[in-house]
Formats: sequence, C-alpha cells, structure tokens
Amino acid sequence: MLLSTATTSILIVAGIFVFLGKEGSPFLAKPGLKELISTRWMPVSFQKESFGILPLVTGSLLVTALATLLTIPFGVGASVYISELARPVEREILKPFIEVLAGIPSVVIGFFGLVVIVPLIKTCFRLSTGLTALAGAVLLALMAIPTVISISEDALRSVPTSYKAASLALGASKMQTIWRVTVPAALPGITAAIMLGMGRVIGETMAVMMVTGNAAVMTASPFDSVRTMTATIAAEMGEVAFGSDHYRALFCVGIALLLATFGLNMVAQKVLKKYRMG
Amino acid sequence: MGSIDKHIKAILVTGLVAAVVAILVAGCSKQDDKAQSEKRYITIKGSDTMVHLVSNWAEAFMKKRPDLEVSVTGGGSGTGIAALLNGTTDICASSRKIKDKELNLAIQKNIHPNEIAVAIDGIAIVVNPANPVDGLTMQQLSNIFTGKSLRWSDIGGPDEKIDLLSRESSSGTYVFFQEMVLNKQDFTQAAKLLPATSAIIQSVSSDKWAIGYVGLGYAVAAADKVKIVAIKADENSPAVMPSEKTVKSGEYPIARPLHLYLNGEPKGTLKDFVDFCLSAEGQKVVSQTGYVTIQ
Repeated sequence: MLLSTATTSILIVAGIFVFLGKEGSPFLAKPGLKELISTRWMPVSFQKESFGILPLVTGSLLVTALATLLTIPFGVGASVYISELARPVEREILKPFIEVLAGIPSVVIGFFGLVVIVPLIKTCFRLSTGLTALAGAVLLALMAIPTVISISEDALRSVPTSYKAASLALGASKMQTIWRVTVPAALPGITAAIMLGMGRVIGETMAVMMVTGNAAVMTASPFDSVRTMTATIAAEMGEVAFGSDHYRALFCVGIALLLATFGLNMVAQKVLKKYRMG
Repeated sequence: MGSIDKHIKAILVTGLVAAVVAILVAGCSKQDDKAQSEKRYITIKGSDTMVHLVSNWAEAFMKKRPDLEVSVTGGGSGTGIAALLNGTTDICASSRKIKDKELNLAIQKNIHPNEIAVAIDGIAIVVNPANPVDGLTMQQLSNIFTGKSLRWSDIGGPDEKIDLLSRESSSGTYVFFQEMVLNKQDFTQAAKLLPATSAIIQSVSSDKWAIGYVGLGYAVAAADKVKIVAIKADENSPAVMPSEKTVKSGEYPIARPLHLYLNGEPKGTLKDFVDFCLSAEGQKVVSQTGYVTIQ
C-alpha cells in the first residue's frame, strides 16, 4: 500500500516527461530545432509564424536572476537573525508571519503587484510604465523569501554549538562568530535553500503574467517588459489548435521549463545531501 | 511473505484507482448523452469582447425561458473556437472569422461550424487623457503597432516614447486588428501583451504615453479614464470618432461583425437562443450594451 503510493510520484514524473516529449518532439522534426532557438516569438501571424523560444528563456532567466538577487540579502539576513539573534518571543512572532507569507496564493500576490508594486516602480524610477521585469522579480522574491528563510534557518541551527563556543572562547565577538564561523559552516545548506527558492521562482506563472507586460523581447534591462516561459504557456495554451506547430512549440517551452526546474532541484538536492553527510 | 503481501496490496490499490477512474469517465460520458437529448443547459464560450453582450442576452433570454440555463465564459475567440472543435461548448462567441486552419481541423473532427453574424463592433483606439494627440490615420496606426514609429513626435505629438499595449494573441481583437489595421503585417515584438481588455484600460489610464485598442463598448464605458482617438481612413479623409452611427454607416474604418458559431444548423433550444439574439428584443440588448445592431 505504502509502496504503491510512494512509487506513484515517480510514475507521474516519468509520465510527465514522456507526455511532454511525445507532444513536443514532432516540432524538432518539422519546423526543426533551428526554428526553436531563434529570437522571434510570433505565434499568430499572417506572414510567417515564428516560434523562437530564446526571448522567453532570457525573459525567465532575467526575472529569476533579479528575484534571486533580491531574495539573497532578505532571505539570508532574516534567517541569520531568527536563528542566531532573535529572542524567543521575537521568534514566536516572526515565524508564523513568514509562514503566512509562504501561503499566500500567487494570484493574490499578482493582484497586489498590479495595484501597488507596478505604480510604485513607475514613480520610483520615472518610467513610462511599471509593467517591467523588475516588478515581476519583486513579486517572485516575495514568494521565494519564506522558502529560503526556513531552509537556511535549519542549516544555521544544525551548525554544532561547539564551533560557536570555540570561536567565542578565542575572543571573537558575537557578530564575528556569526559571519566568520556559523554562516560559512552552514553555507552549503544556505546555497541549497537559495536554489530551491529559485526553483519555485522560475516555475511561477500567475503573478508574473500580471505584471511583466509580456512583450517577447530579448533584453537585459530590468526596466523592460519581458515574457516568461510560464506566462507564454498559460496565455496561449487555451487558444491553440490541437496538434498545430504552435501547440508543439508550447510543449517544447514546457520541456525547457521542466529541464530548468529539474536541473535546479537536482543540484540543490546534491548540495543539501553533501552537507548533511559532512 | 511480507513483501508478497505488500505487492498484493499494491495491486489492489491500483485496481481501486482504476475502478474509480472508470466510474468517473463513464459518469461524464453519460452526462454528455443526456445533454444532447434535452439541452436544458446551454454553454457559450469565447470572445472576451463579447462577454458583456452575450451575458446580457443570456440574462434576458433566461427571463423569458426560466426552464433553461445559459452559462457564459470568456477566454478569447481562439479559446472559444478550440472549445467548439473539442466539443466542450455548445455555442462559440467569436469576434473574428474562423481561420481556414481551424476549419480544416473542424472537418477532420466531423464538426461543421455554422457562422451567424449577430452584431457589429467598432474597435476604439485609446490613449491617456493627458496625451495631446487626438487623431490618427490608419497608416500612422499601422506604423505605430508594427514598430516603425517609436516616438509620439513621429506622428505629430511630443518627443516621448510610445508605450504599445496589445491583447494576447488568443484574442479575436488581436487578429482582427492585425488583419484590418496592420494589413496582415506582424505586431512589433516590443508591444506588451496584456491578458484582458480591462488591463489595457487600466494601463492606458495610468501611463501617460501608452496607446491601446479595445472594443467600442469597453471604450465608451471607460470614457472617463481614457481618451478615444478619431481615425482617418487616409490622409485626405475626415477624422471619424467611433459611434453607433459611424460604425453602421461604414465611415469609421475599424469595425467588424461579431459572430456566434454552432456545430451545424441550430436546433431546439440552441435555435431559440440564436433567434432571440437576432430578434428586435435581442438587438435592443446589442445597442444597450454599446455595440451596433446588425441590420
């Protein structure tokens, strides 16, 4: 009984891979891989439909990278405070709130972003519109921070007390001990936490779709609009004719996305495992 | 022994799951059969532009026929046509004509889309009320949305960047605009694709240099938040504001018929609904909702 429930998840993952591959792979045969790695995504056209997923990949990467940059200082800072410096009372208050943040549905965060963050970014940076990659990144950081906090807090807590005691005994101050001993010792765990957070970020759809403007351009500027892989699938899947090139291309986008999250999770698991052994 | 036990249990569980799935599937198909014979419940899916109109029709129709239920959902004309082809909706509301590609697919699936024009819609071009530009030619519009004109100064406005807003490519308005205004050229990739008409109105009302296109009904309803631009068919023609009169007379150049699509000839309650839409009463709903009647 338990065996079958446990193996179901393996079967499902394998099934998803097989299914995506089956629906997406004919695209590689006909329009071909070259079409897929071009820079123009124009699926509805009277001239020539183009299915270059590069702008979507770079869009997802830009938003994810920005979100990670925002997540690291907040996530790591907060976890250090909660595990090392906070008094028990503070911890009692902080922890539940962070957990509540983790539980907010993404469409609610997206709505909050549309009404609050987008106009805020527009005024702060004097832009003509706030529908930018940065707006998406801010929302994603909000969603990733709780994950990063709770996993890195675990990592920090499992640093042996003897390390800290030794450092303090040698005359190091509390701050020196935290930044030079505890954090470095917990670094693999913190890295894994950040990577798991990124895994959540890259797969997030609804909030990003509402605030990034969804223009399929290749850009490195946080103040431009971007179209992410997830938003593309969500926006276009409902409309697409079953079995068309567009349909297959969307499955290829799905495969790219799955590989990205899968890769991130694998690396994170490896790092986490290594640190538990050590 | 224990491991054999486990295996037996695993098989039992798998069997149970399979049984449940089978029952669910059977239940669904049974419902389908029932729906086909009686049709007390009509589903209409498609164009976001038409959601207002179709819901108003549905409401008025259900008042006359309390024994029937009509459910209306949006999602875009493409979504509606896909649903019609997949047999998940009775009627598809579409703000564009069905494409040849979709028609071929329909024939493959043994579905015969039947097109019925029910109203006319003008597409309004909207800008921020603070924007001094109040008239554009079709050529200028096409240049803006294909990315040839990047700044308002290119078309006689201030030296500011044009912020382009479009609907998602699943929208019938997107395809119609592309065909009618851009002469089938592609939209520039820099255009922001927003998921709904309301998002375009919202962005145009808050971003000073934005331009977007929405159905006339929506633009009229949001007249306090956005400015509607008058359109000239070419350099020498007069600038025309979209209105019921100018759309019907054909003076306003960006207008389109709105359709309902059914599988084959309308029968039974579906026919009652379509007839209602085309009746004087149904057409009154059309003008009340901000669209233009078909006759």
